[in-house]
Amino acid sequence: MSEPLLVVEELQTHFHTRQGTARAVDGVSFQVDQGQILGLVGESGSGKSVTGFSILGLVDPPGRVVGGEVRFHGENLLALPPERMRKLRGSRIAMIFQDPMMTLNPVLRIDTQMMEAVLAHDAVSRRAARARCREALARVGIPAPEERLKAYPHQFSGGMRQRVAIAIAFLHKPDLIIADEPTTALDVTIQAQILAEAQDLCRDSGTAMIWITHDLAVVAGLADRLCVMYAGRVVESGDIDAVLDHPRHPYTRGLIDSVPSRNRRGQTLAQIPGMAPSLLNLPSGCAFRPRCPQRTERCKQAPALDELRPGHRVRCFHPLRIDTPVESPA
Amino acid sequence: MSTIIDGKPATGPLPEESTESPLGPSPLQRFLRDYFSNPVAIGALLVLLTVILIAVFAPTISPQNPYDLGQVDIMDSRLPPGSESMGGMPFWLGTDGAGRDMLSAIFYGLRTSLGVGVMSGVIALLIGMSVGLTAAYFGGRVDNLIMRVVDVQLSFPAILVALILLAVLGKGIDKIIVALVVVQWAYYARTVRASALVERRREYVEAATCLALSHRRIVFRHLLPNCLPPLIVVGTLQTAHAIALEATLSFLGIGLPITEPSLGLLISNGFEYMLSGSYWISFFPGIALLVTIVSINLVGDQLRDVLNPRLER
Amino acid sequence: MSAFIIRRLLQSVVVLFVMSLLVFFGVHVVGDPVYMLIAPDADQADIQAAIEALGLDRPIYEQYWYFLVNALQGDLGNSFIFSEPALKLILQRMPATLELAFAAMFIAVVLGIPLGVYAGLKPESIPARAIMAGSILGFSLPTFWVGLMLIMVFAVMLGWLPSTGRGDTVAVLGVPLSFLTLDGLSHLLLPALNLALFKLSLVIRLARAGTREVVHQDYIKFAHAKGLSTRRVILVHLMKNIMIPVVTVLGLELGGVIAFAVVTETVFAWPGMGKLLIEAIQQLDRPVVVAYLMITVLMFIVINLVVDLLYSVLDPRVRLKEAGQ
Repeated sequence: MSEPLLVVEELQTHFHTRQGTARAVDGVSFQVDQGQILGLVGESGSGKSVTGFSILGLVDPPGRVVGGEVRFHGENLLALPPERMRKLRGSRIAMIFQDPMMTLNPVLRIDTQMMEAVLAHDAVSRRAARARCREALARVGIPAPEERLKAYPHQFSGGMRQRVAIAIAFLHKPDLIIADEPTTALDVTIQAQILAEAQDLCRDSGTAMIWITHDLAVVAGLADRLCVMYAGRVVESGDIDAVLDHPRHPYTRGLIDSVPSRNRRGQTLAQIPGMAPSLLNLPSGCAFRPRCPQRTERCKQAPALDELRPGHRVRCFHPLRIDTPVESPA
Repeated sequence: MSTIIDGKPATGPLPEESTESPLGPSPLQRFLRDYFSNPVAIGALLVLLTVILIAVFAPTISPQNPYDLGQVDIMDSRLPPGSESMGGMPFWLGTDGAGRDMLSAIFYGLRTSLGVGVMSGVIALLIGMSVGLTAAYFGGRVDNLIMRVVDVQLSFPAILVALILLAVLGKGIDKIIVALVVVQWAYYARTVRASALVERRREYVEAATCLALSHRRIVFRHLLPNCLPPLIVVGTLQTAHAIALEATLSFLGIGLPITEPSLGLLISNGFEYMLSGSYWISFFPGIALLVTIVSINLVGDQLRDVLNPRLER
Repeated sequence: MSAFIIRRLLQSVVVLFVMSLLVFFGVHVVGDPVYMLIAPDADQADIQAAIEALGLDRPIYEQYWYFLVNALQGDLGNSFIFSEPALKLILQRMPATLELAFAAMFIAVVLGIPLGVYAGLKPESIPARAIMAGSILGFSLPTFWVGLMLIMVFAVMLGWLPSTGRGDTVAVLGVPLSFLTLDGLSHLLLPALNLALFKLSLVIRLARAGTREVVHQDYIKFAHAKGLSTRRVILVHLMKNIMIPVVTVLGLELGGVIAFAVVTETVFAWPGMGKLLIEAIQQLDRPVVVAYLMITVLMFIVINLVVDLLYSVLDPRVRLKEAGQ
């Protein structure tokens, strides 16, 4: 059994604002094996994006990683000196952001922005760097790459820009790619294309990926494992089939039920009542308590992440039974 | 760890679920609290108030009226700070070339400088506000035309406009005020128009229009109050500019006549004595001017930070 | 691209034309044209002769026509004081003013941008706070007073630098420039510093505001995520984005600097157009005033044109939009 590529253990990232401290990531643990695709799912404000940034050390003030470990190939990234971390970024761990319009600098050409990514880690000639960029663009399916290199970001469509971002991410064949909602800003048809291409590229080069999204449907066909986050904590994690077919946490169940395509026509759409809590003001005990149909007095204490079955963990005092019937909405 | 659901079902809302929060402090209280949170701003405000009081009460509190020839003796000229006159009156800040007490001259000069600056500012504000509100309210071609004029006016440096106007109009306190008004009105117009435009698109103005309220009522009771915050900020900063500009013009010899000297003229008069070592004739009026302008700017800066809606989040 | 240039040129010509109208009617209608254009100490017979010579008894549109024709030929009347063509006097003094203005802008940019960027990157640090406090002083202090104090401290008390005047010059392409000589530089330093102070504060505040806005953008984060060195992120990604608003404002302010040189030239007795203008105003030498105004307007128009072109070069979005892509 090979050593896991990335082990995140009790990661904590807090934001110190004037209104108080927002515990965006509050004890998150998971791991990613080599070549594996992990789906990190949660609502807006669940802390999933901040988790991704924390791994790469890109959290902006007033946020700070205040606890935990992130072991990549056994090394704790959080304890690395800045220059070593810089060398890892973009070459061994890459990131793809959500909005491709804002990710590429609008006043610099595509070739500038791609070549600098190559030259930051490899001492090659500019011509060689340019050739690599051209190949990378061709690999993600961008036609006429030579001309495209000379263009500016605003001359590309959204889907194209995201392909460029993916191309940049794969330039150094990283071991891990963290993709933060990369298809959220795109049309549905383009979404499907990008998903397929990302999957192919990962399989071809053996790259592991953490795919962060709020959309279960996106990650269902893509990921090997699933990790559900709520209010800064992991509430359920396990193999994708196990979690999607037999969710044990009420929140996961609620998420699955809320996907519109699961509904029969004419039926009222299922929802999880209430709203995600503000990270400044988390309820004591289980964070999902105010919205949970199964809450009891016991839930005023914070449940731990228990391993119900090998590889399948749940943070709940009352995990759902495997054969719990689908609940009709009230 | 339990795989069986507890027997007791959940009941009602949880006790920690809060009820509505109280309304919080009023806008005025919030404004005062935010303003006074910065010690520098408090200091600046105190200094400014002192300056204003000096300017208003100058004739009463000055040891001497420096423009009453009977009180001034040429024998007292160019005495350094701390000296005494023949009659035993102390010259705290020394005397100038004609024997006038610098402290008194500065008090009177502050009065003139501040008076001219504030008056021109108020007039420019009234004119600019009317123009800006008109442009914003009526929109379309009226707006385009007015803003063209404003843009052209603003593309010329203030000092150039003032110089040319004074070259044509000549000397005198009224001409200075005219020049300063011409230089400033466009800033007010542009500021007011910008905030009025934002307000105009809001629904309550549409509602008021539907109710067929008169133009005047809509403008004065609805648009105007919301344009006040940026106007206050611009007004403060513009006044500082106006005072500085007037001082510059007076220094250049194109501004106020000698009979009503402002701080700029005092500094100009002292220029020739500087190279021979009587620095106080230019130095102290300069400090007074500086303190006035800096305190107004600091107050204006803090007002801008406090009143800026974007920072309120 | 060339369509853009032609369009802007035409606009400029229109503005120049409108300005000439304004200047002409300003001088001829607002004041008494007789006393505007004729020396104040002329007697009645001279006045009558001058009126006829200047065509002041002709209808106003004819007068304007002559004014325009003469202006296009470079004749804007003669100075009363020096009895030389006003335009020639102004042009003779122009290099000195431009040298001072460019030196001041240079100082403002070369000092202001790094200071502003630093203040934007570490806003809570002590140096940053000191820089911002300094910038408030910088634009509050009246320029002429700072000039006086600079002379007091550096020329009178310390004796390090000369107090007034322009230093030795070297002629480059027929234009006398003083910054190429050591003596010239020592004379240029204080006035340039003085003139730069206000703009320096402005540039610092602009650079800081721009930095604070840009530094939180996604593309900066993405640049870090690619593993670029912090130096490259700041010098390439950050700078290029803040240069756009900074250059625009600076370009428009250049005209202001040239105009404001009037004050510095007076304090330091620098022999430029501004000093000439002040003397002309004080001595009622109207043709010189008119000549100064026309030249300045022309300069502003040229500057605005250049700034527009620069803006489209720096911001590719504008350039491609103009080219109709």
